[in-house]
Amino acid sequence: MLVGIGLLTLLIGIFALGGEHGPTRFWAGLLQNSTFFLMVVLASTFFICVTTLAHGGWQMAFRRVPEAISMTVPVLSVIVLVVLGFLIFGNKGHIYHWLHPEGDRILEFKSPFLNAGFISTMTVITLALWSILTVKLRRMSLAEDKMLLDNESRKALIWKGTVWCGLFAVVYALSMGSTTPWIWLMSIDAHWFSTMYSWYTFASTWVSGLSLIALFVVYLKSKGYLEMVNEEHLHDLGKFMFAFSVFWTYLWFSQYMLIWYANMPEETIYYKPRVWGEFRPIFFLNLIINFICPLLILMKRNSKRNYTLVAFMGGLIIFGHWLDFFQMVMPATVKHLYFPWYELGIGLGFVGLIIYLTAQQLAKAPLTAKNHPYLKESIIHHT
Amino acid sequence: MAVKKFVVGSFDDEAVLFPAVKKVRQAGYKIHDVYTPFPIHGLDHAMGLRETSLHTAGFIYGITGTTTALSFMGWVFTTDWPMNIGGKPHFPLPAFIPITFELTVLFSAVGMVMTFMYLCQMAPFVKKHIFHPRQTDDLFVMAIELSDKTSAEEVKGFLSSVGAKEINEQTAEAGWWLGRFDKEDKVFAK
Repeated sequence: MLVGIGLLTLLIGIFALGGEHGPTRFWAGLLQNSTFFLMVVLASTFFICVTTLAHGGWQMAFRRVPEAISMTVPVLSVIVLVVLGFLIFGNKGHIYHWLHPEGDRILEFKSPFLNAGFISTMTVITLALWSILTVKLRRMSLAEDKMLLDNESRKALIWKGTVWCGLFAVVYALSMGSTTPWIWLMSIDAHWFSTMYSWYTFASTWVSGLSLIALFVVYLKSKGYLEMVNEEHLHDLGKFMFAFSVFWTYLWFSQYMLIWYANMPEETIYYKPRVWGEFRPIFFLNLIINFICPLLILMKRNSKRNYTLVAFMGGLIIFGHWLDFFQMVMPATVKHLYFPWYELGIGLGFVGLIIYLTAQQLAKAPLTAKNHPYLKESIIHHT
Repeated sequence: MAVKKFVVGSFDDEAVLFPAVKKVRQAGYKIHDVYTPFPIHGLDHAMGLRETSLHTAGFIYGITGTTTALSFMGWVFTTDWPMNIGGKPHFPLPAFIPITFELTVLFSAVGMVMTFMYLCQMAPFVKKHIFHPRQTDDLFVMAIELSDKTSAEEVKGFLSSVGAKEINEQTAEAGWWLGRFDKEDKVFAK
């Protein structure tokens, strides 16, 4: 049904968003939502990667959930590819100014990096690597179920997982941790730059991705699946959500304070419409939802062990970071703050798509990786 | 503080200790304390200790640090000695945040250490009775307090039935006293 809402909004958007800002708003909304939700589901792959590399065992009781979520990466990659294709080669909505650097000395200087050929190649390579590695990790996990494992093959299994996850960590660091947010999102404000931007975007999507995993875990648990998951696992997920909300704030503040302190016009231009312009309410709402709420609500031990509260906070954090992406994209493209019915509708469509695809993947495989050597560690997990 | 009688049993396995603690509590004996060489998850729950309020104390200390930092810097730069630094306003909140953060962490960390020391009755020159010298090394030591009605022999028998390796009876000071561990070589009280 949510997919329906998304498609309906898309259709209404095509016809209704006329006027001066219409096409820009149409494409900016698509760009914001598609990149945000792709990065959020990619966080699931990163979760698998991180926990495998750290030889973590506690996540084994529900690891099939992030695996299933991560299988949406290829689909969303295609959507992002289509949207960016229209934006770059069709110059729809005039979102990327760097497509026409003529006469602009800053953009001409940056044109070896900011040009259609280089950026589309980077995007295609990045998306392909993400999808291939995600599918590979999922296949490896499913193949475990059919193995008869002795000690030697278990060691080999752990080693193989470590190697592939190490590979993904390198790819993820080079894409998500450095260039991808620059070329997709930061290049909207083509004159402006911030070296914190990628980490900031990463933190934003990583904490939303963790919240998404927590939401799916709580939902499946409430339906009576995932019988090995208990408050201990939820507590650890809650700690992740709490910790990375604070981490996000740290990066947000690091970016903001240096620009505020140096007070150089070419840098403060980014915060002008956000802090003093029409987007001021969004700017502070963003900070309240993504920092104050998780800090005060998730701080107590009991609230991290409470299924309802963790689910509520999961939804709130995802919405908060959706809003964060909204204020990254919109002030430079649409320039005016409208009630975001169109963006919200597209967002709900993506949520529906993710739920639908994830549910399909969850149904395909057993929810417990019964042959994994670390499974016992997860069952007796205790925080 | 009072001198009391204890029956002390030492265990060499965590897996034996847990059921033993449960059985001793079921039998109604009063566990004075259990000493372990490393923190054991869930032991506090098994012993029936109430949840610690250390984190609440830590939160209060943290809030105190936040308000101290903000109010002090605010007072200095707006009222006491206003200065124009780079044309910034007199109450530049972003510039105050790092110091506020540091002071929050400092207050809560130091405060929680102090509270922890107080709760565990630990301080320089505060001495407590050590029931077994290997309780910090490789043994799990359980001290059961004897009341007037329990006989030592009965408790000893019960402890050996639940798996204690080494059992003895000690008369010791239950609280703390001023002394020094390095000067006082008498490990066991008489």
